[in-house]
This record gives sequence, C-alpha cells and structure tokens, in this order.
Amino acid sequence: MLIFTLKRLISLGLSLVAASVVIFFTIEIIPGDAARLMLGINATQDAVDALRVQLGLDQAMIARYWSWVSGLVQGDFGVSYTYRVPVAEMVQGRVWVSLPLAMYALILSTLIAFPIGIIAAANRGSWADWMVMGGTQLGVAIPNFWFAMIMVNLLAIKYRWFTAGGFPGWDDPLIAMKSLTLPAFVLALPQASILARVMRSALLDTLSEDFMRTARAKGRTRRGALVHHALRNAMIPVLTIIGLQFSFLLAGAIIIEKVFFLPGLGSMIFTAITQRDLIVVESVVMLLVFAVILVTFMVDITYALVDPRLRRRA
Amino acid sequence: MKRILTGAGLLAMLATGAIAANTSITIGDQLEPPHLDPTAGAAGAIDNVVYANIYEGLTRFASDGSVIAGLAESWEISEDGLGYTFNLHSGVKYHDGSDMTASDVVWSLNRARAEDSTNAQKGLFASIENVEALDDTTVVVTLSAPNGNFLFNMAWGDAVVLNEGDDVEALKTAPNGTGAFAFNNWVQGDSITLSRNEAYWGTPAILENVTIKYISDPTAAFAAVMAGDVDAFPTFPAPENLPQFDADPRFNVIVGSTEGETILSTNNKMPPFDNVKVREALAHAIDRNAIIDGAMFGYGIPISTHFAPHNPAYMDQSERSQYDPDLARQLLAEAGFADGFTTTLKLPPPSYARRGGEIIAAQLREVGIETEVTNLEWGQWLEEVFRGKDFGLTIVSHTEPMDIGIYANPDYYFQYDSEAFRTAYEVLNTETDPAARELGLKALQVMISSDYVNGYLFQLAKTGVANANIRGLWENAPTQASDMTAVYWAE
Repeated sequence: MLIFTLKRLISLGLSLVAASVVIFFTIEIIPGDAARLMLGINATQDAVDALRVQLGLDQAMIARYWSWVSGLVQGDFGVSYTYRVPVAEMVQGRVWVSLPLAMYALILSTLIAFPIGIIAAANRGSWADWMVMGGTQLGVAIPNFWFAMIMVNLLAIKYRWFTAGGFPGWDDPLIAMKSLTLPAFVLALPQASILARVMRSALLDTLSEDFMRTARAKGRTRRGALVHHALRNAMIPVLTIIGLQFSFLLAGAIIIEKVFFLPGLGSMIFTAITQRDLIVVESVVMLLVFAVILVTFMVDITYALVDPRLRRRA
Repeated sequence: MKRILTGAGLLAMLATGAIAANTSITIGDQLEPPHLDPTAGAAGAIDNVVYANIYEGLTRFASDGSVIAGLAESWEISEDGLGYTFNLHSGVKYHDGSDMTASDVVWSLNRARAEDSTNAQKGLFASIENVEALDDTTVVVTLSAPNGNFLFNMAWGDAVVLNEGDDVEALKTAPNGTGAFAFNNWVQGDSITLSRNEAYWGTPAILENVTIKYISDPTAAFAAVMAGDVDAFPTFPAPENLPQFDADPRFNVIVGSTEGETILSTNNKMPPFDNVKVREALAHAIDRNAIIDGAMFGYGIPISTHFAPHNPAYMDQSERSQYDPDLARQLLAEAGFADGFTTTLKLPPPSYARRGGEIIAAQLREVGIETEVTNLEWGQWLEEVFRGKDFGLTIVSHTEPMDIGIYANPDYYFQYDSEAFRTAYEVLNTETDPAARELGLKALQVMISSDYVNGYLFQLAKTGVANANIRGLWENAPTQASDMTAVYWAE
C-alpha cells in the first residue's frame, strides 16, 4: 500500500510540473494586452506603457514564468493585473461558492442516482427499469443551460420560490443554501442520469458473476446478495465516474454560473480571460488542475481500499 | 441560544426589509468594474459605481450633459483664458472624516498629469501648466494655452478629487470620496453596496442603501428583473426584451441618448479605402434605419458624422450620405472597382457590432463589396484592430463624450491623416468663446463627413428598465454613470 501511494504521489508531482508549463505558455500566447484593455481606446500610449511597467508586463516571458512558478511553490498565486489584489484573495471568495455548489450537486446526484440505479438493476426489464432508462436518457440529452432557463422561468419568475440567481454570501447559511439549490439541482440532473446508468450496468455485470450464484446458493436473499456482495463490487466504475464528475462540477460549471450569475471560479476564469488578466487565469487553472489531480489520486487510493488486488498489482 | 438569536436576526431582517422597501434599491449592471479608482482605468463600469455617487470633481455633468458646479461652487476665468480660479465649497469632508481642501485638488490634478500617471484620459490634463492653492478653499489652475474645453474636462470621472495622502492602491477596493454615498461593501463577482453619506455637504441622497448587482448574461438579466431580484437595470443589455417590459405595468422602460457614436470604422490607409470615392460609396451603401431596426430593435438615432445629435453643436450631414445603392455602385465603378472587391469586417463582442455586422455585410454585398466577417473578443480586437491596424472595416461605438479629437491623431486606428483637420482642431482648442467654438465644432464635423472618414451609423441609445415606482434615474448618459443621488421610490 505504501509503495502504491508513493508511486501515485510521484506521478502527481510530475503531472503538476507538466501542467504548469502547458498552462503558462498556452495562455501567454493569447493575443491582447491587459494594460490597454484596462485603459481603453482613448488612453494615450504613454499611459498604457506606464501601466505595463507597473504590472511587470514589460519583462520577458521566461522570467515571468519563473517568478510565477516559484511563487506558486511558496503558496503565492501572484497579484491580479486588473484588480490589483492577490489572486489567492480573489480565489478564496470564489471557492466558497464553487466548492459548496459542486458538493451540493454531487450529493444530490448521488442521492438520485443510487436508488434509481439499484432499482433498475434489481428489476431488469420491468416497467421501473424502462422508466429509469428512458428518464436518464432524457436527463443526459437535455442541455443544462436550457433546463436552467426553464427552471428560472418557472420557479423564480412565475412562482417566485427562488431568486433568479446571484449569491448573497454565507452570512446566513440557509439563504446561501437556498440560492445554490436551483443551480445545484440543474447541475446534478445530467450527472445523476449518467451515474444511474453506470450504476445499473455495473450492478448487472456483477449480478451475473459466479460469486453471486454462490451467495444465493448459500442462502442469501436476492436483496441480501445485492446489498452485501454486488454493490461493493459494482462501486469501482461508479467511484471513477463520481471522481470525474466532481472535477467537472468544480471547474466546468461556467455556463450554469453564468445563467445564475453566481460568483464562482468558472465565471472568474471567464471574466479574467476576457480582461486578459492572465495571471489569474494561470493560477486558477493551475489550482483546478491540482484539485483534479488530487481527486484522481484520492479515487486511486479508494480503489485500492475497495479492491485489495489493485494494491498488489501496483 | 444560538437558534433563538438566529430567529431574532431573521425577524429583524424581515422588519427592516419591510421598512427598507422605500429606502433601498438594487440595480443591475452588466460588467463588474476591475477596481473602484476612476483615475486609474477607463472601464465605464468604474464610473457606473463611483461617478457622482462616491467621487466628485471640481465640475460635473448633469443628466442632460451640461457642465454644472461640483466641489467648486464658482470660478473666474482670467481675460487671456489661461487662469482659472476655483472657489471650493467649505466644510466638505471625505467619507473617512478628513477635510477636503484646496491642497487635495492640487494633489489630484498633479497626480493625474504626472509623468508616470496611468490615468486613462491623461489628455484631459495636458493643457495644465500649474496648479496652486491660494488658501484652503481657493485653487488657481494655469493653462499653457487657452482651452475652451477645460471646465468640461474637469467634469469627467477621471478628474475627480481624491484625498491627498490616501494610499491609492487601497482606494481601488475601498474608495474614499466626498459624494452623497459612501462605499460600504464589495462581494467580488456579485455586488457592490453603497450607503448614504450622512455628513454630505450638499443635498443629501434620498435612498439609504444602493446595491449594484452584476449580471453579465442578458438572459439572466431579464430573469432577474422579471423575478424582482433587481429593481432597475439602467443599461439593459437585451433590446429585444424591452417591448415585453414596456407592455408590463410593473415596469418602466427608459429610453435616452448616450455619447456613443457607433461607426463602421474604416482603415483609411488600407487600399482600397485610401480612395475617398470608395469610402463615399460605403456611406451610400449602408441603410442606417435597417441597421437600427434589425440590430437595435429600433433604438438609436441615425448619424452622419462623429457627433452626438442631441448636442447643440450637431451639424446634420445626412444629405451627404443618403442610402443609395445605385450611386454606391457608380462611385465604386468610378474608383475602378466596377466588379467590387473583398475586405475584412472584424467585429467586437457587443450586440450592436455582431448583429449590425451581419446586416452591413449583406448591404455591402448588394453593391459588390464582399466582406470576410470575423468575430473577435475585446482583447483580440484591441490587439489586432486597434493596435495592429490589421483590418478593413470594423464596427465600434466610441462612447467618450466630445471625442471628435481622435480624428486629429493620424496614428489612431482608423488612420485619418488630414493636416487641415489637425490645424482646425488646434485652433478650436484655444477658442473659449462659446459661439465661435460651436462654429469650429461644426466645421470639424463637415470635414470628416465630406472626407467620409468612417461609415457613420447611429447614436447608441441608452435603454433601461426600472420598477414603475422608481423616480429620478438618469434618462440620458452624458458620461458613464448611474447617479443615484436623486433616486427615490414613489409611494
């Protein structure tokens, strides 16, 4: 187990170094000048030049990469060109929207997917199975920004149960949770559909395994065999999907954040790109890469816990 | 115990909510400002928060665009037009409690015109030679040459008076001004809150709290207004939704004018646009009303020169650029392009450009000009079009007030190089007599429209939507601002 973990840690470190190079140099070649964007088309060239010097944009690219990476290692994410505040400070506020939103959506998605996936697998070919298969097909197919707009029109504009969007902050946790409910639900629905289908097919695969017949033969009830033997063995593909989904929810909620005008990480990256606030883009993307690699790492470790064979093989 | 407290807090919130209905307002805006220092950035979003609300200058714009007194209650101009003596209001305090005095004015103006200044409108201060405080409430500004625009220049958001000695970096996130509203809170990515300045030197604001909420997506903006999340959206991003608001008794649609001349910018140095006949053909090939109807849903006023039609000095030149595709084809033939030609049309993100661009491309095709349409986002546009001058045509709205001076700079991106215009502009700058200035401005308009420098399309309208009970919002936008000082709820 120790060697397995160590190997994973090394590959985690190497991935991070590679990611930093790719992120920095691909983002730096985007055409556009943060200083000119800030000062607009009426500003004189010498005012723009003065700002470029202030921002450190007049330095060579390699020098800027080096100072960025050495800052990252020490936990310094740099200072935003546009906002002139440390990126870490900006991220802090945003993480407390994106992280709870991703968690909330993931919990909702799991809560929906597990029962219906299990019911569908346990009753293969029945009307319940057909309902689940049809419903999840629809859930995957509906574009989530469209679904979000429908929900806003119905629940915010017509019935006024929710606000149309925005995030008032965590001063009042209840109101904060309420404002995240609609976006989390919209995000959760397609994820739940995928997860339910994966759950169903993984369970069906294990249900046909020999050990399942043995379990039934030694006197387990159908339900008992399902819960005690099949479920745990079906968890590997399900965990993989959950890991991927969490990474997606954390970084990929940009469109939903736009529709509900939530101040999350996704909308921050989007704005930073349009403002050519490249240091923010680089640091936040790097942070997300780190989060994704970390989640993958944890999923790998969890595999090993769920399936002892993986520890030896690695 | 904690639960009881939360309950009490909730009750208190509900209670204040009931009273606050008349003293608080939430308005929506599309773009969040990068920071809140109007003297170090051009983002209109900065002025939308701070102008007239938090910061004030010596003079200021009224909602009709006229220049009125600000921190200076009066001024005298010397005979030669070089000396401006400003008498400041006394007893003016910054939000942090310190006094606003003449030395703050001296410091602010000197900072804006300093060598290393990053003021986006440094040109406003170019004619200042010296700024001096005579006593606590008297400032004398000496110009190097007479400047008829000086009082106008001092009304810009870029010329506000900061507190001498304040840490300007800190001001970016916590502004300290003299206005009727003080900065309260900024939830980055979400909203900015202002509270009434109880110690304001002038007429106090009626509202106690103003929240500016940032909603960039037009569909989300529509939903937020419909759901009542925001009470007003002074510059509403989707004109197609306005008829629906108009028909709804809960809302008022406010239509006014802006300083935004929307033009089909033409690269005057790139063939074939270096030929004035070709540019003249462009002017006759575009049907302005079709563009206004199709791209702006009817909101906008056709223009024929680079000047705001609501300005008294506007000179109607529409005779010179009537929509006439036959004439356009004939002019092209005379210029040697009987079979037309192909050029580029590069479009920045705003909907006036993207939608207008499609229509213009179709209209130009009618007279034989093919366009390769490219959509750019602002960063690319500034790099390729504005800095690189790598374009044939582009559409952009020039939103600064009284910006005809850009035609005097031959390096400006559309590269209009006219000695005659430059001379006339220099003469105008030193003219202080209002009647003579008006004549001069008219002459400049005639010059650029008879040189067909750019395709002049329309004056951008300011289209806003507000709860029907809100009064006192600005109808026009003489500068980028959401002046909330006179806004109130009708019973």
